[in-house]
Amino acid sequence: MEIIINLNTLFSENLRQVLLQAFVVGLLTAICAAILGVPLVLKRYSMIGDGLSHMGFSALAIAAVLGVSQENTMYVTMILVVAAAIILLLLSESGKIKGDAAIAMLSTGAVAAGYIIYCLAGIGAGDVCSSLFGSAILALDGGDVTLSVVLAVGVILVFVLLFSKIFAVTFDTAFARSAGTHVSFYNILIAVLTAVTIVVGMKMIGSIMISALTVFPPLTAMRVCKRFKSVIILSAVISAVCFILGLLFAAVVEFEFSRIGVVSLPVGPCVVAFNALAFLLTAGIQKTAHALMRKRVTAKAN
Amino acid sequence: MSLISFENVTLGYEGKPVIEGLDFFVNKGDYLCVLGQNGSGKSTMMKALLGFISPMSGKIVKNIRQNAIGYLPQQQPSQADFPAGVREVVLSGCQGKHRFSPFYTKEDRALADKNMELMNISHLAECSFKELSGGQKQRALLARALCAAEDLILLDEPAAGLDPKVTDELYDLVNWLNREQGMTVIMISHDLNRSMQDATHILHLGHTVLYFGTRALYDREQVLQKEREQSAKWK
Repeated sequence: MEIIINLNTLFSENLRQVLLQAFVVGLLTAICAAILGVPLVLKRYSMIGDGLSHMGFSALAIAAVLGVSQENTMYVTMILVVAAAIILLLLSESGKIKGDAAIAMLSTGAVAAGYIIYCLAGIGAGDVCSSLFGSAILALDGGDVTLSVVLAVGVILVFVLLFSKIFAVTFDTAFARSAGTHVSFYNILIAVLTAVTIVVGMKMIGSIMISALTVFPPLTAMRVCKRFKSVIILSAVISAVCFILGLLFAAVVEFEFSRIGVVSLPVGPCVVAFNALAFLLTAGIQKTAHALMRKRVTAKAN
Repeated sequence: MSLISFENVTLGYEGKPVIEGLDFFVNKGDYLCVLGQNGSGKSTMMKALLGFISPMSGKIVKNIRQNAIGYLPQQQPSQADFPAGVREVVLSGCQGKHRFSPFYTKEDRALADKNMELMNISHLAECSFKELSGGQKQRALLARALCAAEDLILLDEPAAGLDPKVTDELYDLVNWLNREQGMTVIMISHDLNRSMQDATHILHLGHTVLYFGTRALYDREQVLQKEREQSAKWK
């Protein structure tokens, strides 16, 4: 195996346009996922984010089998996933779904249904694979760029505007309700914003990979920062940096095998891998720092 | 005029009553201690007071602005690892003040600072909430409640999980708020001895009102006897 750094992607005229679009959409999605992930993780809703992304896969399958055109796919999946978000949240709030096992059931069920639909529609494994794990940069199409950017910027704006309320309902539901804040409205809002983010990011990052972006950056940020606002900001920064690294890695690095030729990696898994790396590094550094501190304390005591 | 009055109220869930014949009132400046065993209807009464549930029958009259009760709920387990600054927590007490403006105002920040000072936690403002001791946490949450409160604070088992010394300090603080700051207090408590000391009135619940009146006239033995009879009846 040989690793090739192919800088041509960055400099070739027609590829640069595609890369730039992927960069803008992906960066915004990564930031959306990272900031929404903080309340999701803290509210113990991570499984809902994960469930939604699995339902995103079956939504793509439904859109494909209905013969929805490339430009309209996003609208159709958006409606389906947002509806799923609202239903999932109402079910879990009414206590009809007990715990994460039920959500796991729904999401794996959705993946099964999605794959059956794909098979019956005679759609190839390549399409299935890219809707699950994200596409290579060259496979991205620019049609949805404007819509994606508008939606992602909208998600970020809503989040920033309602920041203090989101903190309040995340930190203490009972108190927020006593102060007259509509807790279930904000819960549904968070789920809907998550659904929108998942749909926007699904094509590039992959429906299974996208929920990782709502989990890794917040958990990494929470290891470092102690306040809600700083956790949100750091989470967004970590996610953005990991996305840029992942995108560049996917764009520039190629692997050459003697038997199968040149292979380049899809964006989604690369971005997730960098996020996982950031988490492990932070955790590792903290563990060693703690161990060193303890050593120093015991040395002093002796 | 009473701040709060319950007039022959029945409360329950899905058509099943939990507590009946709820009749009591709270005047401005009172310190009401609500006693009763688990399942006696204490938390149900509290939910009705906060407006989370509406009565099945009877009438609840509140002469305070909507959402102006300073509520100190029991701590939730998810708060143990929640990354929140003390100032962020206290400031969130102002969330009910303006419905439509998304940001806190200068006045809100000043109010939060003032209440942190009252609770003697100003030096902890930049600390992380999860790193505070149990007593400091309750003082931060009390400061948050004061940001929301106009006349009335409602405390739900504030001493749960605190050691005796810190519990004493907390009760002293609540007593001081009542006597010196003119804050009306409703406190729900398990702890018969300490929490009753400062109260002006006692409300003892057991699926109905077992006792309501001044602390001076509260005959504990008699009420406990009634409590046993009631709980036998509800079984």
